Amino acid sequence: MLQAFIDKLVQKTPPSVSNRVSGLSDKKLAWLFVSPTILLLLAVNIFPLVWTIYLSFTNYRVNRPNRDVKWVDLRNYERILTDSDIWQTMQATAHFLVSTIVLQVVLGFTLAFLINKKFKGNDLLTTLIVLPMMLSPAVVGNFWTFLYQPQIGLFNYMISFFSGADPSSFSMIGDVHLAPWAIVIVDTWMWTPFVMLICLAGLRSIPDSIYEAAECDRASQWRQFWTITVPMVLPFLMLAVLFRGIENFKMFDLVVQLTGGGPGSLTTLSSIDLKREAFEKWKTGYSSAYAVILFVTVFGLASIYVKALNKVKDR
Amino acid sequence: MNTKIGVKALAVAVIAGSIQTAVADDLTLCWASWDPANALVELSKDFEAESGHNMSFEFVPWPNFADRMLNELNSGGGLCDLMIGDSQWIGGAAENGHYIKLNDFFAKEGIDMGDFIPATVTGYSEWPKGTPNYWALPAFGDVVGWTYRKDWFERPELQKEYKAKYGRDLNVPKDLDELKDIAQFFQNRTIDGKTVYGAAIYTERGSEGITMGVTNALYNYGFEYSNPSKPYDLNGFVNSKKAAAGLEYYKELYDTATPPGSSNWYMGENIDAYKSGQVALQMNFAFIWPGVEADPNVGGGKSGYFPNPPGPGGHFAQLGGQGISVVAASDKRDAALEYIKWFAQKKVQDKWWKAGGYSALKAVVEDPGFVSSQPYAKTFLDSMAIVKDFWAEPAYADLLLPMQERIHDYVIAGKGTAQEALDGLVEDWTEVLEDEGKL
Repeated sequence: MLQAFIDKLVQKTPPSVSNRVSGLSDKKLAWLFVSPTILLLLAVNIFPLVWTIYLSFTNYRVNRPNRDVKWVDLRNYERILTDSDIWQTMQATAHFLVSTIVLQVVLGFTLAFLINKKFKGNDLLTTLIVLPMMLSPAVVGNFWTFLYQPQIGLFNYMISFFSGADPSSFSMIGDVHLAPWAIVIVDTWMWTPFVMLICLAGLRSIPDSIYEAAECDRASQWRQFWTITVPMVLPFLMLAVLFRGIENFKMFDLVVQLTGGGPGSLTTLSSIDLKREAFEKWKTGYSSAYAVILFVTVFGLASIYVKALNKVKDR
Repeated sequence: MNTKIGVKALAVAVIAGSIQTAVADDLTLCWASWDPANALVELSKDFEAESGHNMSFEFVPWPNFADRMLNELNSGGGLCDLMIGDSQWIGGAAENGHYIKLNDFFAKEGIDMGDFIPATVTGYSEWPKGTPNYWALPAFGDVVGWTYRKDWFERPELQKEYKAKYGRDLNVPKDLDELKDIAQFFQNRTIDGKTVYGAAIYTERGSEGITMGVTNALYNYGFEYSNPSKPYDLNGFVNSKKAAAGLEYYKELYDTATPPGSSNWYMGENIDAYKSGQVALQMNFAFIWPGVEADPNVGGGKSGYFPNPPGPGGHFAQLGGQGISVVAASDKRDAALEYIKWFAQKKVQDKWWKAGGYSALKAVVEDPGFVSSQPYAKTFLDSMAIVKDFWAEPAYADLLLPMQERIHDYVIAGKGTAQEALDGLVEDWTEVLEDEGKL
């Protein structure tokens, strides 16, 4: 049926058109096929990037359409890089990034290592473990605010059960010392399964024959772990770190729902700060410069990291 | 003959029908998602019946309301024909041409701004402030006030204990110090076998919460937005010693008399804490009072209401509420103006008050029966007489955000001193006002 339709279509195509298409070289034909994608990329990726870079050198504000747009050279960049508040948000972001990645790698790898063993209910347990990452971050943030409630929160009661402390004697999201850890705990709860899945893929890709050879050489379990398991899972682990690093650098919804950036500015991450500058203060030029700085930071760090990842893979 | 008449009648009917179709518009009214908005939906059914227009509504929850609606206005979007926007938006909306000016319309329709509560006209309609340039009709009067557990206050054992401790009756506080004493008195107290706390106050970080709360202490300790005789002269007014004392007061209230975990609370959280019997007092906008009265746990005479108490530097309360404006980008301006004309009528405003909306029309609130019409009516009137509002400059959001940050940093995170927080605020506001060309 379809073939008949295509044949009919070919017959109906005017010779002038078919000659023009058939006269194209392979290179031109390739360009013809990829040009829609290139145009789309230019429109939705490259143009906004170039436009953002241009705006970052101006005092443009989107809510002042009638005001003259002035070229301010590097003033926006200078103001950002010398602003102590912005450095504080960078520190908060770094704390969040490092803590979540370390915890997720350790816990994710451990879970993967345990789940990799054959036991009854393995599949069901894996499904249960990965459930948190299937939830919306906004929903997770919202219900963790209830779990953290000193009067009714399950988390406080759990801590109270194990430590004997009064559950309402501490507030995870209101205390300056605990709030940075409150967001780390939630992100770790949510995304450790993701790291676990990647590690699990790595563990399952190791051929049994390598372990069998090690057994023949009388290598201990400990030795097998450090000389076979860890090096062979490392590229997968590094990939998980890359994904989580990029994701957490732009973390927004979960933290906004949980703490709103508080107490004070203690959990105001760069993305939250950027959003406030861009869409609450409407400092478009300034926030464009801020976005460019963050982009260069992530891009630079990710490039270095990918090079290291490639080296590990090539080893 | 009959056929001719029939044809003519049909033609008239068709023409009339087409006219009706031509003038019937679909109007969209944008506002925050809260109880008064639901009341307005009901009220607007009368407008639909009278005018033939259809009303649609776009309601956004408070934490996202400003973001969503200011985005809409800034982008010149056509979603909203009518906007019940926050009082602080008026400067930006007027200067950037987001709302249409209503002076000619008011003059033509005989709507007199002198018929509305003066504070609401200044707060919701005028830009520049103090000039007869109107961009909105006062739609919903609102102000921060206090709700308290009257049934707890009336318990003899608590009254006795309070009198023994403070040497005065446990009653509505006469000033901010008494308010703090009462809140501290109830903190961690066991009532009916349950631990309760003093007061739920505004501490929210993300939007405007803590600013809307702390100003009720700052104003009454002597804080001024600028030199009364020299606009935008901030130093010594925003960060005066008296203002710093007000900020210290608010921090002490937070540290000693609020429920644990209340570090990011605004209207919704305060309502929940109060209705669930966690707190003896709650700070909140007046819009919640009809809901409190109707609540099975705390309504029906169990709750009382009082205006924000005076402090050593004066007697003020933070203004809330909104005016209704016609969005300049709307292509249904005539129908939108028709709605405002309808809404301004005394009979509609009467119905608005009865439905749970706070009318700002003097004829409604000065009616002899108004004060006794609801248990909170007098508190509303008394509070509206002492209102003060946050900046309404076009750069209000730029001015609000550093205040949120500085105040939250000090009150909740305990960073630095009150004086340092306010000195920092002066620096931030000076920079904003310089950027705006006001300094």
